[in-house]
Formats: sequence, structure tokens, C-alpha cells
Amino acid sequence: MSTIEKNAPTLKSKLNKAEIKRQSVLLIIAGLYVIYGIIFYYLPLFGWIMAFQNYKLKDGFFGSEFVGLKWFKFLFEDKTFIRILRNTLAMGVINLVATTVTAIGFAILLSEVRNMMGKKIVQTISYLPHFLSWIVVTSIVRDAFSLKGMINELLLNLKLIKEPISYFMHTKYFWPIVAISNVWKETGWNAIIYLATITAIDPSLYEAAAMDGAGRWQKIKNITLPGIRSTIIILLIMNIGNVINAGFEVQYLLGLGVLKPVSETIDIYVLNYGMANFSLGTAAGIFKTFVSMVLIFLFNFIAKKAGEERLF
Amino acid sequence: MFKKLTKSKMSGWDWAFVICNTIFLVLFCVVTLYPVLNTLAYSFTDGQEAILRNVHLLPKKFTTSAYSKVFGMQGFRRGLIVTVSRTFLASVLSLAANALLAFIISRKNFIFKRGLSLFWVITMYANGGLIPSVILMTKLHLTGTFWVYIIPGLVSAFNILVLRTYMSSLPDSYEESAQLDGAGHLTIFARIISPLCKPVYATVFLFVAVFHWNSWFDAMIYNRLKPQNTTLQYELQKLLSSLTQLNPSADSSGKVTDMTTEIQVRAAATIATMLPIICLYPFLQRYFVTGLTIGGVKE
Repeated sequence: MSTIEKNAPTLKSKLNKAEIKRQSVLLIIAGLYVIYGIIFYYLPLFGWIMAFQNYKLKDGFFGSEFVGLKWFKFLFEDKTFIRILRNTLAMGVINLVATTVTAIGFAILLSEVRNMMGKKIVQTISYLPHFLSWIVVTSIVRDAFSLKGMINELLLNLKLIKEPISYFMHTKYFWPIVAISNVWKETGWNAIIYLATITAIDPSLYEAAAMDGAGRWQKIKNITLPGIRSTIIILLIMNIGNVINAGFEVQYLLGLGVLKPVSETIDIYVLNYGMANFSLGTAAGIFKTFVSMVLIFLFNFIAKKAGEERLF
Repeated sequence: MFKKLTKSKMSGWDWAFVICNTIFLVLFCVVTLYPVLNTLAYSFTDGQEAILRNVHLLPKKFTTSAYSKVFGMQGFRRGLIVTVSRTFLASVLSLAANALLAFIISRKNFIFKRGLSLFWVITMYANGGLIPSVILMTKLHLTGTFWVYIIPGLVSAFNILVLRTYMSSLPDSYEESAQLDGAGHLTIFARIISPLCKPVYATVFLFVAVFHWNSWFDAMIYNRLKPQNTTLQYELQKLLSSLTQLNPSADSSGKVTDMTTEIQVRAAATIATMLPIICLYPFLQRYFVTGLTIGGVKE
């Protein structure tokens, strides 16, 4: 016993030396990657110091005056920022719920299709919008919801409205339009993982249920949904942190003029004020990262307590 | 009663479900495709007709004048060249860089396996945000250059995870026999592992290519003052917003000397920027489906 213990470290270090020599090429390359990572991913984290300073470009990180939590206090006393925080969280939650529900629904309905050819065609079409840029999507959305656009045309033809509505003139339509844009763009794409999970469910479960006389609805409720439950929860935890990233592109591209009070998100705030005041912009950025971390850990914790699948 | 239903396979309710489901999915496809086809129809419609906003699936008075106008714009042509070169360069370089790193991390006996993985996973969750990045790019003299599109995003943790998961699932025997033959690590990477990884390479290539084809924000932030470096999507955005500002309501633009109107030009520019990707993605479908399932459902 004792001899083994004595010998073990020397053996290990010998092995290590040989290993290091053998792996030298890999180690050198890995080292280059670490240098790259430090510069492009870790150095910006060091820039967080700006949030606690009156940062001036000419004084740099080391010469600028330290002001403690001044900029964070400023954020929470700023009425604009409070409104922006509300917009961000509201749109974040609406988008998350809308895109998750439609993706699951679409995946379930598509998985019920028996005609393989039809299934393939529908699926291919459903991915299309994901590959379009937000510039293209917002241009399409702007046209669709314009006075003479297809939405008004449809609603007028169905006699649901008497006058065409100018959707971009009223703040109340903006959040739903953002949600609809997200749903239109991502439903098919988000459904990929759910569909893969449904396909992986043991077919004998469905056969057994059919023997017991279960209908389609009962099979969906008692087999399909429980089968994708852990996937749903994991994806929800992964995406919950993004609630604070409610988006930048849709809001920036569509939410102009009168819509600004409901359309501006934290990212737009950073772009508008942060480029002129680096310290304030960085503080808002840190706040965002902080909230998303808290949300991820919180929901992971809740999932753990509830005995559900969890991310970590 | 129940037994009879299951024996005859399709009950009345089942038929009702199948019919409703089919109708719903067809509607889904219509909602997805119609806006795109409508834009396509407008792009080929004559200006005077387009103003009436009465075009649906087929163009009226077919013309390609809008396309000649779009491709006649210097900014659009330049943006196209920048975007094509950026997409090609970035996809090739990113794939090579991510694959090599994933190869190192997936070696079972690599000394810093865990440490190196953690180093990259952290970058997925903690990032400096916009302002520190802008300052960094300025300090590195990347602002205002073409390389600001390529270098900062070269290595990304998500792509490494996808590639690593795939590489770890390959059987060890290939590598062992190559090692016995005296092959070095880089030879094993280039000659043994990479040929086996073609499907996952296609996935990552597609992800990176789509990202670069569609990006415009970095062009706006870093190259706003350098028109020779702006991207296609940014030029499209400039075109769309300048036209909306010129003519807030489409009706007042009736007196155009040119027969080509903003509706057409907008539609043509939109279609032109989306065309390459739309033509490409159906053929790469099985690759991104596997890629997403590998990357999304990680242990």
C-alpha cells in the first residue's frame, strides 16, 4: 500500500513529462487559442471597470476617476430607463411564451402527419423565414401591416373591421406586432428540437395506448407532452436568461417615431446613450448580464426543487 | 364499442383531426410563403401598377426595371461584394479554427481538457457588452476595416460544442491505428478526423455563413463612415429607410418621372438579398437539423 502511494506521484509526473512532450503541438496551438480568447472575450470583461468610473478616452482605464455606483444609481433614478426596463421585460416574456407555445404546437401537429412527403414539404417551408435577416423581415412586416397592406386587406374582406387601421401609429399594437414577427420568423426553426424529441419517443407506448383505446388527444396529452417535457424545461431555462435580451433588431427597425415609448429596449438605450457616455452604457450592459444570470440560476433552482430536469 | 373503433383504425374523430390538421398546416405554409411571394410579385410589377397596391401572387405588366435599378446602385453592388467575400472568408476560417480547437478539446488524454473547455464555455455566458467591445476594436485598430467582420467572431463556444460533441462520438479505433502507424496529431486531425466530420462541418459552415450573410449591425457600428466596407444588408437597410423617409405615404408618389417606384425597388432589393440563402438552405436541411439536435441537447 505504502509503496504504491510513494511510487504513484513519480510515475504520474514521469507520465506527464512524456505526455507533455507528446502533446507539445496540441499545447502550443491551445495556447494560441487561449491568447485569442483572452483578447476577444476576457479583455472586454475587464472593460466593466468603466461602469464604476467617469471614463474618459484620454484618461484611459487607469487614469479615469472612480465614482463607485454612481451610474447604477443614475440608471434607477432615470425614468427613461425604468420605462425601457419595462418594455424589455414585457416584450421578452411575451416573445418567449409566444414562440415556445407555437413551436411546441407546430411540432406536435406536424408529428401527427403520416404522409412523409407532405411532412417534408411543410417542414422545409417552415424553416424559410429563419434564414431571412431582420432587415428583410421587418420590411415585410412593415408592408403587411401598412394601411393598404395584406393584414388590413384581409380583415376588411372578412368584415372584421370597417376602416383600415394604421398599426404603426398606435402604441398598443406594437408589442403584439413584435411577437407576431418573432413567431413568423422562428416557429419552424424552434420546432426542430421538439420534433426530434417526439420522433425519439418509443413507438410501443403509442401502440399500447391504442390497444387501451386511447384517442389521438389522449395520446398527445399522456405520451407526447410528457415525452418532450424535459426538453421544454431545459430550453426554457436556457432561454429565460434571454428575456432581458428582448431583442434589438425588430424594435430598432420597426419602433420609430410615436412608438419609441413602448419600443425602446435596453440594447437600444445602450446604443443611444452609451456611445456618448461609455460609463453609463457599460453599467446598463452589466445590469443586463446580471439579470440574465440571476434568471437562469433562479429557474434552474426552481426546476431542481420541483424535481424536474435542469440545466446544471 | 371501443374495440371496434381501434380495429377499423380510423374513427370519425380521427378523420376530423386529420382534415383539420391538414387545413391548419396548409394555412401555416400560406402565411409563411405569401409575404415572400407577394414581395417577389411586386419586384417584377410595373411602377404605375405597383402604386395601386393591387398585386397579389402574380406580377402585373411584367418588368425587370426594378432589378436593373437596384443593381445599378453603386452602394448595393459594393455591399454585395463585401458580403460575399466576408461570408466566404469567415465561413472557411471559422470552420477551420473551430474544428481544430474542438479536435484538441475532444482528445481523451489532453492534459488541459477540462480547463480549456471551461475557458470557452464561460465566454458563452459572460460577455463584456457593446461598449467595451467597441473600445477594444478601436484600440486594436479594427474599426473601419474589413477585418472587424472576420477576426472577432472567429472562434465561438457554441460551434466548438457542436463540433466537439460530434468528434467525441467517433470511435477511438481510427485514431489509435493511425497513431500506431506513427501519425502526428495534426495528421490525424487532417487525414482521419476531418473526413469523418463532413456532416457536422457542413452544419457549422451553414450556421456561420447565414450569420455573416445577414449581419448589418457590425457594419453600422464599425464601418458607418467607410462606405467601401459596408455590407449588403446594411445597404438594404439604408435603401429601405431612405425611401420611407422620402415618401411617407405611398400614394403621394404618383408623379414619378421614372416608371420605377419605391415599392418595386424595395421589393427587388429585398428579394435580391435573400435569394442566395433561400436557394441554398433546402439542400442543407439534414445538416442543420442534426447540428441543432447535437448542439441543443447537450449533456
